[in-house]
Amino acid sequence: MSVDLPLPVLTPNDFASDQDVRWCPGCGDYSILAQMKKVMPTLGLPKEKIVFISGIGCSSRFPYYMNTYGMHSIHGRAPAVATGLKTCRPDLQVWVITGDGDGLSIGGNHLMHAIRRNMDLNIVLFNNRIYGLTKGQYSPTSPAGKKTKSTPMGSIDNPLHPLSIAIGAEATFVARSIDTNIKHLAETLKRAADHRGTAFVEVYQNCNVFNDGAWNYAKDRNTKADTTLELEHGKPLIFGKDRDKGIRLNGLEPEVVQLGSGIAEDDLLFHDERSHEPSLAYLLSRMRYEDGYPEPIGVFRAVEKPKYDDMINDQIEEATKAHGIGDLEKLFNAGETWEVE
Amino acid sequence: MSTAIEKQVENLDEATVRFCGDSGDGMQLAGTQFTNTSALAGNDVATFPDFPAEIRAPRGTKAGVSGFQIHFSSQDIYTPGDTVDALVAMNPAALITNLPDLRQGGILIVNTDNFDKKGLEQAGYESNPLEGGDLEEKFKVHQMDMTKLTRQAVDGLGLSVKEADRCKNFFAMGLVFWLYDRSLEPTLRFIDAKFGKKPEIAQANVAALKAGYHYGDTVEGWNTQYLVAKAKLPAGKYRNMMGNQALAWGLVAAAKLSHKRLFLGAYPITPASDILHELAKHKHFDVLTFQAEDEIAAVTSTIGAAFAGEMAVTASSGPGIALKGEGLGLAVITELPMICINVQRGGPSTGLPTKTEQSDLLQVMFGRNGECPMPVIAASSPSDCFDAIQEAWRIAVEYMTPVFFLTDGYIANGSEPWRIPEVSDLPRVRVKHPEPMPDSNDEGAPKFMPYARDEKLARPWAVPGTPTLEHRIGGLEKQDLTGNVSYDPANHEHMIKTRAAKVAGIANGIPEQAVDGPDSGDLLVISWGGPYGACATAVHRAQAMGHKVSHAHLRYLNPFPKNLGELMGRFKKVLVPEINCGQLRLLLRSEYLVDAIGFNKVQGKPFAVGEIVEKIEEVLAS
Ligand SMILES: Cc1ncc(C[n+]2csc(CCOP(=O)(O)OP(=O)(O)O)c2C)c(N)n1
Ligand code: SF4
Repeated sequence: MSVDLPLPVLTPNDFASDQDVRWCPGCGDYSILAQMKKVMPTLGLPKEKIVFISGIGCSSRFPYYMNTYGMHSIHGRAPAVATGLKTCRPDLQVWVITGDGDGLSIGGNHLMHAIRRNMDLNIVLFNNRIYGLTKGQYSPTSPAGKKTKSTPMGSIDNPLHPLSIAIGAEATFVARSIDTNIKHLAETLKRAADHRGTAFVEVYQNCNVFNDGAWNYAKDRNTKADTTLELEHGKPLIFGKDRDKGIRLNGLEPEVVQLGSGIAEDDLLFHDERSHEPSLAYLLSRMRYEDGYPEPIGVFRAVEKPKYDDMINDQIEEATKAHGIGDLEKLFNAGETWEVE
Repeated sequence: MSTAIEKQVENLDEATVRFCGDSGDGMQLAGTQFTNTSALAGNDVATFPDFPAEIRAPRGTKAGVSGFQIHFSSQDIYTPGDTVDALVAMNPAALITNLPDLRQGGILIVNTDNFDKKGLEQAGYESNPLEGGDLEEKFKVHQMDMTKLTRQAVDGLGLSVKEADRCKNFFAMGLVFWLYDRSLEPTLRFIDAKFGKKPEIAQANVAALKAGYHYGDTVEGWNTQYLVAKAKLPAGKYRNMMGNQALAWGLVAAAKLSHKRLFLGAYPITPASDILHELAKHKHFDVLTFQAEDEIAAVTSTIGAAFAGEMAVTASSGPGIALKGEGLGLAVITELPMICINVQRGGPSTGLPTKTEQSDLLQVMFGRNGECPMPVIAASSPSDCFDAIQEAWRIAVEYMTPVFFLTDGYIANGSEPWRIPEVSDLPRVRVKHPEPMPDSNDEGAPKFMPYARDEKLARPWAVPGTPTLEHRIGGLEKQDLTGNVSYDPANHEHMIKTRAAKVAGIANGIPEQAVDGPDSGDLLVISWGGPYGACATAVHRAQAMGHKVSHAHLRYLNPFPKNLGELMGRFKKVLVPEINCGQLRLLLRSEYLVDAIGFNKVQGKPFAVGEIVEKIEEVLAS
């Protein structure tokens, strides 16, 4: 009989590596790092079971600052590195840290495939709508018309929306949070960690050097109640400082309505994060501030599906059941052989 | 068997047969069956499958011709043969493209079915080559309408015409089986295993096979059978092996014997895909095969698996290797053990995807950014893949480095007898992972140093999940010992030199270069990879002619064996035959300042023995 020893009680500080953190002062990355360190001790896992894998970008320096196992890999490829690791070692909790350029531009392919396989990874995409590390070029999430060093006349690319991409790839867990909304961020990270399968979290992150204020509308104390909407499972979509506005479905389109004047809570759209049909989650991901909608934060989707890392290892078990544990002698001598005297 | 006609039997030392036809005609199957049967009959065999890049080129065109050549012998042989003794041509396109390889006086078996106006035109014939007696002057020609004969043979089995016609490769096989007095048994067993669930197809194939055999036995004009006696191979139990299969089995063995799970991250590409296919069959050996979304994911997932502490392998071919370049740089700087297999094919770009070439040597040596040395090992033959890949794994683990492993399309698809080894004789690679550090809260307690080094300059392979060894690795330059990110100029140079010294130091752990023949003389032929067999045979021939020629075949291309420079110095001249424009020669010249002579051919085809012999004579005479 094995005795379950109580885990040593860890603190956020136990997860801090001895490396100096080298982001620009005021960068939103600090806050995400702080929340991650806060969440870690709540996961019931010893440090050595946690691995951070990142690509390249400011945000991707993240693993160096965590006193866990980690790898700072190459631009865009973190989901693939993490896939190899998690496939071999389902017992580890693997986090992927990526940026909007890293994850959606150069690494778009890997991101999509990690998600559609439902590999048990926690992917956190720091979205600052800019390339930070390469000093301020527009990114795949920059709004059209964005003027940057590489787009002096304004960007003519249409932006990608990370959560729409993730839901399009049928992610089993999709959430959004904001760097400065620390309580919400910590809760969101915790829920991502608890999810079995790919958890995809977009975090609105401020790059105060190259794209300061990109998310001000969602952070500003005076506006955020009207520009964001906190999702709660089973609850109607209500927002606004006085919680007097809601989202109603008009045909296939969401519509902002004023509660009261003939419209009751029951007329609103109710959030169902467990719906197996991803259309509702997709619809939520399409609600944009510039189109006059509040932007949802919280968990868009959380459903259970078989995980790749389980299935690939189950196949090994199944094959072993069917053929016995691989025996080299048997392998070499099976089939047509002949003797030479 | 009772024979109506007086038959003669002629004994031969060896023979080379080629089946060729349209890519839908089942020529690869015919060739494989003939190979297995010959191997089971105790011959030494070597094969050369040659197929088009198009899965189904328009029927009857030259672009769609598929061929399979088998050389079988009562002697030790190393190549599939230069010229062909018996050619089976299933249509005019196959005839026109393959006839030049049939030796004078050789046997030509032609299926006359498609020699109509359209078929001849498609092949580019202006008149019917079967008419006028020209062929008969040079070859022993046997013409027959195999399609019709096959239809007759399967009549009454309820097959559609299309299904019936598909059996004609079995008719052709039967005929050649008769010609070389081969047993039908192995192929009958094969038919049973493969088509057992479709009894009418199985019956039809059996009928066609036997019809072909009896045709030889009964029809006039077929009066000689050729016998090739068993080869005097070293005693033991044998099986026939293809290169990619041997490679996969070598990987399985290496993983099992080093108590590791095997992870293969791969993206399909000819001619490497069969490694993935073969490994996917052996999951009960704890083999994880991951078909990635592209080669970049294939190599980076492999890096993840290596970090996880398992035996991590990726396999591809030139274009895929090009995509892996950045990832391999990460593997080099993170100093994780893994193997990257490159099954070379014709380049550049998509080049000749189904044809062989040796032109990726410089790519694997230098095709990465920065100072990024990787050891390189090359297999010399299909069965050598089994041993050489285990050696690659040993080096990867002992030195904590990614290793490049080179084969080529010729080795990958070729086959030869493989002496089944005793499992107890196979090398065991001892893998050490560091244990947890002593538990201590003491400030001055020793800390884990992920970039500390042993006497081979290898760093420790600490596996995630081990308490107290938490560490971070990555692509930014690492500080010596601690592995922390470091921009210190002196440290960078130190790390670059250390990684290079580590790879160079592998030379201390590999055998000295062996030489076949006297260790000094007029000419040293140096080869690597696929041309091994042709060079070995050519050098033996030249030696028999009295020339002072020896042969050194390189398995280790980076680093070179320690004695290589000195060995070359003992010969007046050095000749380097390669299926490229001189890539090894360039390396030898730059490393040793030796005036090596190149013999280069880049036609998507392996060397013929004859052309190397000729070149040897030419070099000796000059
Ligand atoms: C193959 C390759 N191409 C380009 C780069 C340069 N590069 C580094 S980070 C980066 C963009 C990062 O943007 P993002 O992912 O948004 O991260 P941020 O720095 O904003 O956190 C680029 C283009 C690289 N390192 N590697
Ligand atoms: S450039 Fe921007 S994203 Fe990068 S560290 Fe500075 S503030 Fe943060």
